[in-house]
Amino acid sequence: MPTAWIDGRELELGDNERLNGIEAARRLGIEIPHYCWHPGLSVVGSCRMCLVEVGMRDPKTGQISMLPRLVPACNTPVRDGVVLVTDSEKVQRARAMVEEDLLLRHPIDCPICDKAGECRLQDYHFAYGQDQRRADIRPFTSRRRDVGPEITLFVDRCILCSRCVRFCREISGTSELLVVHRGAHEEIDVLPQFPLNNKLSGNVVDLCPVGALCDKDFLYRQRVWYLKSHAGVCTGCSVGCSTWIDENQDRVWRVRPRENPLVNRWWICNDGRYDYPHVHHNQRFHGPRQRKGDRWTDRDWTGLIPELDERLRRAGRLGVVLSPFLTVEEAYLLATYARRVDPEAAIVLGHVPVVGEDERFPGGFTIAAEKCPNRRGVEAIVWRFMGRAAAWEAFLDELPSLGIRGLWVSGGYKRPWVDRATADRLAGQELLVVQDLFASPLADRADYVLPAAAFAERDGSYVNRDDHLQSVRWAVRPPRGVRPEGSVFWELLGRPGLYQARQVLSELAAEIGYFHVAGGTIPDVGVNLKVNLLASV
Amino acid sequence: MPDYEPVLLANLCKPDIETLKGYEAQGGYRTLRRVLKEHSPAEVAAMVRASGLRGRGGAGFLTGLKWSFLPADHPGPRYLCVNADESEPGTFSNRVLMEGDPHQVIEGTILSCYATGASTAYIYLRFEYPLSFRRLQAAIDECYAAGLLGRNILGSDFSLDMYVHRGAAAYVCGEETGLIESLEGKRAWPRIKPPFPAVEGLFRKPTVVNNVETLACVTHILDRGVDWFRSIGVPPNPHDPRDPGSLGPKLYCLSGHVNRPGCYEGPLGLPCREVIERFGGGVWKNRKAKAAVPGGLSTGLLAAEELDTPLDFDGPVRAGCLGLGTAGVIVFDETYSMIDFLHNSCRFFAHESCGQCTPCREGTHWALSMIQRIKAGRGRLKDLDLLLEIADSIGIIPGTTICGLADGAAWPIKTAIRKFRQEFEDFIRRTNPQGYAATGPVPALAENPA
Repeated sequence: MPTAWIDGRELELGDNERLNGIEAARRLGIEIPHYCWHPGLSVVGSCRMCLVEVGMRDPKTGQISMLPRLVPACNTPVRDGVVLVTDSEKVQRARAMVEEDLLLRHPIDCPICDKAGECRLQDYHFAYGQDQRRADIRPFTSRRRDVGPEITLFVDRCILCSRCVRFCREISGTSELLVVHRGAHEEIDVLPQFPLNNKLSGNVVDLCPVGALCDKDFLYRQRVWYLKSHAGVCTGCSVGCSTWIDENQDRVWRVRPRENPLVNRWWICNDGRYDYPHVHHNQRFHGPRQRKGDRWTDRDWTGLIPELDERLRRAGRLGVVLSPFLTVEEAYLLATYARRVDPEAAIVLGHVPVVGEDERFPGGFTIAAEKCPNRRGVEAIVWRFMGRAAAWEAFLDELPSLGIRGLWVSGGYKRPWVDRATADRLAGQELLVVQDLFASPLADRADYVLPAAAFAERDGSYVNRDDHLQSVRWAVRPPRGVRPEGSVFWELLGRPGLYQARQVLSELAAEIGYFHVAGGTIPDVGVNLKVNLLASV
Repeated sequence: MPDYEPVLLANLCKPDIETLKGYEAQGGYRTLRRVLKEHSPAEVAAMVRASGLRGRGGAGFLTGLKWSFLPADHPGPRYLCVNADESEPGTFSNRVLMEGDPHQVIEGTILSCYATGASTAYIYLRFEYPLSFRRLQAAIDECYAAGLLGRNILGSDFSLDMYVHRGAAAYVCGEETGLIESLEGKRAWPRIKPPFPAVEGLFRKPTVVNNVETLACVTHILDRGVDWFRSIGVPPNPHDPRDPGSLGPKLYCLSGHVNRPGCYEGPLGLPCREVIERFGGGVWKNRKAKAAVPGGLSTGLLAAEELDTPLDFDGPVRAGCLGLGTAGVIVFDETYSMIDFLHNSCRFFAHESCGQCTPCREGTHWALSMIQRIKAGRGRLKDLDLLLEIADSIGIIPGTTICGLADGAAWPIKTAIRKFRQEFEDFIRRTNPQGYAATGPVPALAENPA
């Protein structure tokens, strides 16, 4: 087996593994500091922070011969017999020098910099820098430059790692950002009339190792050390990118991509990134309401669920619309409940919003046209209960012939989704319960309106369009008066205690072959259900 | 050296030498016609390798060895880039060749393309050479018309296209990967190696980058033979199997405080003093030389007592310089201030640093701001040590940058301060009598020096 040595420790390599020095050292828990290298971008080796000593070990004699010069670890393939030294005095001197160089003309305006607290320049300076400034160059002021509708640039904070430039060339393929001038006068800039305006532009802020590129949406709103990050899944489209939801005291302040090699790699689109404000929108339903004639009354949750249960049982034939915004656990609980009340209840997949066509970017990133997170998962549950794919449009056509008397429509839609005509076709039952985030023509016709939870408030799992299942926990508590769907369905089923998404998923995995893989431990990056799909054919 | 017969400059000032007719009247393209008929590409490459020709652009890498790095099994195309971005201060030999004898350069390039299997040659010419551009372009047009370029050259099955590309004038474009990036239409940021250009160069295809003078030598090696070439210059040290020697003719560029500055031809390995005395007619105004740059600004300084250093590929290294460089000798007379020299040098390299690697971008700029402050009379003795520390830590020799520009910036600092430290210290003591020993931070002279 190929073996490399890093700081005197052995690292066994896979036969076809192509690791560079930084990745290999990380395997052993050794962090090699770096600015310009990013696993998703081309290697330029220009920041010189990852310099290490490199040598080769002779397999016969065991003699190690080291190169006299330092070598960037990012451009050093770690193969059999490679020896890396990452902490020698020579390496430490080189790092201290790079840190000193980068701080020569850096404004050091950390107190007003958004990045402070998660800034590599800060972290590396504390870890590897010198404690005294020897330079006599007066730092610049913080010049701010508008580079696009979402992004602003603090020119003098930039350390010229060129990550953002490479991102725009290689991943978004739009090439808006470029380096202008030369030498110490170099700056990042855009050309006149060509601002940084593409659907992936927000990623340059995450890529920026310092506070040069800042997100206007987040600028000056929170200090990062007040934020707590929660693993989430973007519900903007059927790709289901992994995200970090950064919140402070139950308020979401920003959404960032979470590395997931199986789904979104390192990126998310601006649609998903700037989607969170609906969570705190003041037009959301903030409590259950009941309609009697033309009069609406606000209801308390106390006693409401037994009342709904009783009215649904009384209604007769039931219909349940499972929204593609529900998690699989919630969809399963609602369907189970409906079938318990009425063994022949109709269970259908709700409206699947589709906008335009899939957008593909040169770097491989895709924004799906299907603007909901869980069509595949809910479809699988509908299939389980109905034995066929019951889709929304077909259901609307069949509705008059089904004799449904009680209808439960789950929603969770972030944008208007149902028009007046459709709402009229759905109304007129004995009982109509609508569960949604925002008012709609359908909610106006409902007997009961229940508030839905937003994406950051739910526990559960989503299955993306490639049958990839990811489980997440809630990041913020819902507003007072809002109960996540899962807990409502849990109580409707009369289950004791609090809603346990994990327990429901285990039941699902045992009962539905499609979800079989989800019965085991689900890693942070999720599991692909297709493996099981193939096996069951 | 008395019986040295110039070859590279032999045709200079001959009638109509810049035209095909004039060049052929002097025996031009004779070698090309013969080689295409008599020798295979492999034989040509073997002859160049046997000759021990080393690159004339500065690094002195063996040309034949460089060609041998081209992967044999690559489907192609291969490219040859002629590095005519002659930007090293004190160097103008390529210009003399391209203006004075353009067909000689073209013939050497065609032969080298034949040897390396390149299907296209790009002459990367710096913008400041308009006459070179006009003459080269006219010569190439003539060659196309005469069947010396294009498809099936002279009836053989060898085809070659040649283009002149004018760069927008930047020092870093002379670095081979910087040249390639610039030729591709990008910002001339040198690429990180590996992969080397021979494997992945221009348009990600195998590429050879050679200097103008190197290619001009190729014609003469093939014309006069390997033995003739090896009889000129400094033979390899028989006790060191890794020493390839410094063989062949060399163009010496002489500038600065001499009576007859200019471009002269001689064998490799002439002592610096002989170049100054014989070619340049000695230091001007009957003064003495205080120092000389042996091979273009980036190689550093030779002090007066080191002027007997032979200008071969190893001589200047033994005297503490970066190398032979381009053999562009710049002479300073005894009245010249080393502070001015260093200021000029730092300003040049800070201006030309491409800004990609942190140590070079910031280090050259920092050194400039320091020497500016010293020059303005606010220097401290401590600054000299700091300057040396910066100089010692930047460049590809310590491994902190991608290309050699930073080494070029470092060597003038190192050699000037190490060889003339007393002068710097005297200057600082004299101009800053109150503060020369201070160690605390000093406010900058200029926030953003040009």
